Amino acid sequence: MSKILMISPEKCIGCRTCELVCSFTKINAFNPKNSRVSVFTYDEAAVSVPMMCMQCEDPSCMRVCPTDAITKTADGLVAIDERKCIGCKMCVSACPLGNITFNTYEGKVVKCNLCEGDPKCAQYCPSGAIEYREAAPGTMGRKKVIAEKFSELFGEVNE
Amino acid sequence: MFGWTGNLLRVNLTDGTIKKEALCPKDAEMYLGARGLATKIMMDEVDPKVDPLSEENKLIFMTGPLTGTFASSGGRYEVVAKAPLTGTIGASNSGGHFGPELKYAGYDGIIFEGRAEKPVYLWIEDDNVELRDALHLWGKNVFETTDTVLAETAEDARVACIGPGGEKMVLFAGVLNDRNRAAGRSGLGAVMGSKNLKAVAVKGSKSIKVADPEGFMEACTDARTKLKEHPVTGGGLPTYGTQILINILNQSGALPTRNWRDGGIFEEAEGISGETLAEKYLVRNKGCFGCNIGCGRITRIPEGKFKSFGEGPEYEAGWALGACCGVGDLEAVSKANFICNELGIDPITTGATIACAMEMYEKGILTEEEVGRAIPFGDAEALVELTRMIGLREGFGDVLAEGSYRMASKYGCPELSMSVKKQEMPAYDARGVQGMGLEYATSNRGGCHVRGYLTSPEILGIPEKLDPLVTEGKAGWLKIFQDLTAVVDSAGICLFTTFAIGLPEISSMLRTATGINATDEEILKAGERIWNLERMFNIKAGFTAADDTLPPRLLKEPLQSGPAKGKVVDLEKMLPEYYEVRGWGADGVPTAEKLQDLSIG
Repeated sequence: MSKILMISPEKCIGCRTCELVCSFTKINAFNPKNSRVSVFTYDEAAVSVPMMCMQCEDPSCMRVCPTDAITKTADGLVAIDERKCIGCKMCVSACPLGNITFNTYEGKVVKCNLCEGDPKCAQYCPSGAIEYREAAPGTMGRKKVIAEKFSELFGEVNE
Repeated sequence: MFGWTGNLLRVNLTDGTIKKEALCPKDAEMYLGARGLATKIMMDEVDPKVDPLSEENKLIFMTGPLTGTFASSGGRYEVVAKAPLTGTIGASNSGGHFGPELKYAGYDGIIFEGRAEKPVYLWIEDDNVELRDALHLWGKNVFETTDTVLAETAEDARVACIGPGGEKMVLFAGVLNDRNRAAGRSGLGAVMGSKNLKAVAVKGSKSIKVADPEGFMEACTDARTKLKEHPVTGGGLPTYGTQILINILNQSGALPTRNWRDGGIFEEAEGISGETLAEKYLVRNKGCFGCNIGCGRITRIPEGKFKSFGEGPEYEAGWALGACCGVGDLEAVSKANFICNELGIDPITTGATIACAMEMYEKGILTEEEVGRAIPFGDAEALVELTRMIGLREGFGDVLAEGSYRMASKYGCPELSMSVKKQEMPAYDARGVQGMGLEYATSNRGGCHVRGYLTSPEILGIPEKLDPLVTEGKAGWLKIFQDLTAVVDSAGICLFTTFAIGLPEISSMLRTATGINATDEEILKAGERIWNLERMFNIKAGFTAADDTLPPRLLKEPLQSGPAKGKVVDLEKMLPEYYEVRGWGADGVPTAEKLQDLSIG
């Protein structure tokens, strides 16, 4: 079974270390705006949520890509083939979670690629809010708990 | 440049001109950044004798070469000006996310000059920099100001601003960024208010490059691992926040109680401790930018007359508003702390000044009629009400807003002000922590704990345990701590990292980030240079060795109980030794040889 990125918003302290290390891994310089992970902080609800590509089972981005640049690999990664990508940004519009973006600094469409199997965000997260683990039945159960927590928290924000 | 962006912004508020300037690489290497570099600019451009609230004073926001990089807790920037509370050089740093954003916009710092005719705020978006009208923001508190400025600029911008306290020039008003983070001490918010500058908002899309990316990541990973594994930075601070110190200092008999009158043991300490905070009111932990300690607390008082929501209190704030005022009600202390953040005033001086007034009231020097209410020690409602009145300079708050020294002097009892160079000392009774006494007496910004935190070895045993009650050797320790702290502040990282890492780790991050070819010793010497430059600023402002002293209470009234029973601060013994270790004359002035050795011209 392949590994997945597990997010625990209740543990996130909003420090953006994940964004910082991601930007460095991708462009060799520091600015969270070039990161593939984004931390959303809701001051009133006192919660921060790291968001990145969820490597969907049935990716919308892949379905809309006119050049078949996006594929789902055997180990679960939704990958962009930069040689095939023409920068049309259809995938950016298609992603329901907003986790693919067009980066003006790099001039290309970017998303999380799990650092080719060793995600730096998980490695450096100081509070354990991002973990990279086997998607065992137990973790899937936990994912459901988190999803419920999400709706609870966002409910509070929307009130 | 690597690490540094190489650019400074110069904003003349009088005529509205904005200029981009190059950072001098030699100054950067000699003074590193943030606190050091800004002090160098102050020394070059401002007469140390100026009135701090006049338009001749300058206000500098400066980051360090590690700010905004992967260095752990590398989110800090320093606000520097001549300080209105003390008349010394004023330098206060803050975490949050503002400092890194300034660098992403492409600037190491901003120099504000003159005074705007009407309230303005500065909006920086990369190369587009403009002064905007802020008349509609005047009178708004820190949170309202932040929200309004974000709505007018960009929702993902970062804001540093003043509250009503800064506008009304409360002498200990701070500059607040990201809502709850403060460059809190010495009254730099009042300087900002005197310039009619309400806020600075910034958003940046540029990136910071480092000289040796691989080496830098290795150095940062090493530091982060050590921080994670250390019992303080990886255990105590994340679990309980800085308030963990309340019980520790109380057990050491060094938690100053009721304006330092009743010794170092507060009988209600448990009620205001970090443990109680975590158990009853903590919503969750919060980390500043890139921090893997995460000592920040988001707290909620769910009900009752002090119902509120915000951040903190931190240890020194919790002590000042709590033990120092004899208040053991954490709900009231938290509420008062939130008010300090809202109105933009320093909770340490706020609490200590209220405590001084409470003692004057109990002595009959201040009357109920004069203050507008009874203010005995331990009165939680008086604490909250007076805090609000200070931030707005309302009623008797106008007198308190001048700080305890000026207030007590007005009534003929300056000895009741527990301050050094007119700034209130924080939460460590130096009679029970002797090295801290020397630290307070010699700090370049007056009574302050974060210029050479000897509590670390004396109480916590880091990096090794020193007996807090002896004076021998403390001068030498203090010099190293002061110089290293100047390096840490100037590099742009958080002082709390030094519980777990030291000069070798910090130097290694600095070298790989900037590409400077300096040894550990040379980097520590930069810290010594910064310390001596600050000292020279103060000497030129008129300070002498006679000002390196402590309130008579610490020198003459022995503690009555606890481990330090019978002790006063033996400053007379430590001070001459300190001047000698520093290579200064017996008059406390750096010698010509010392200045030459440090290349201070």
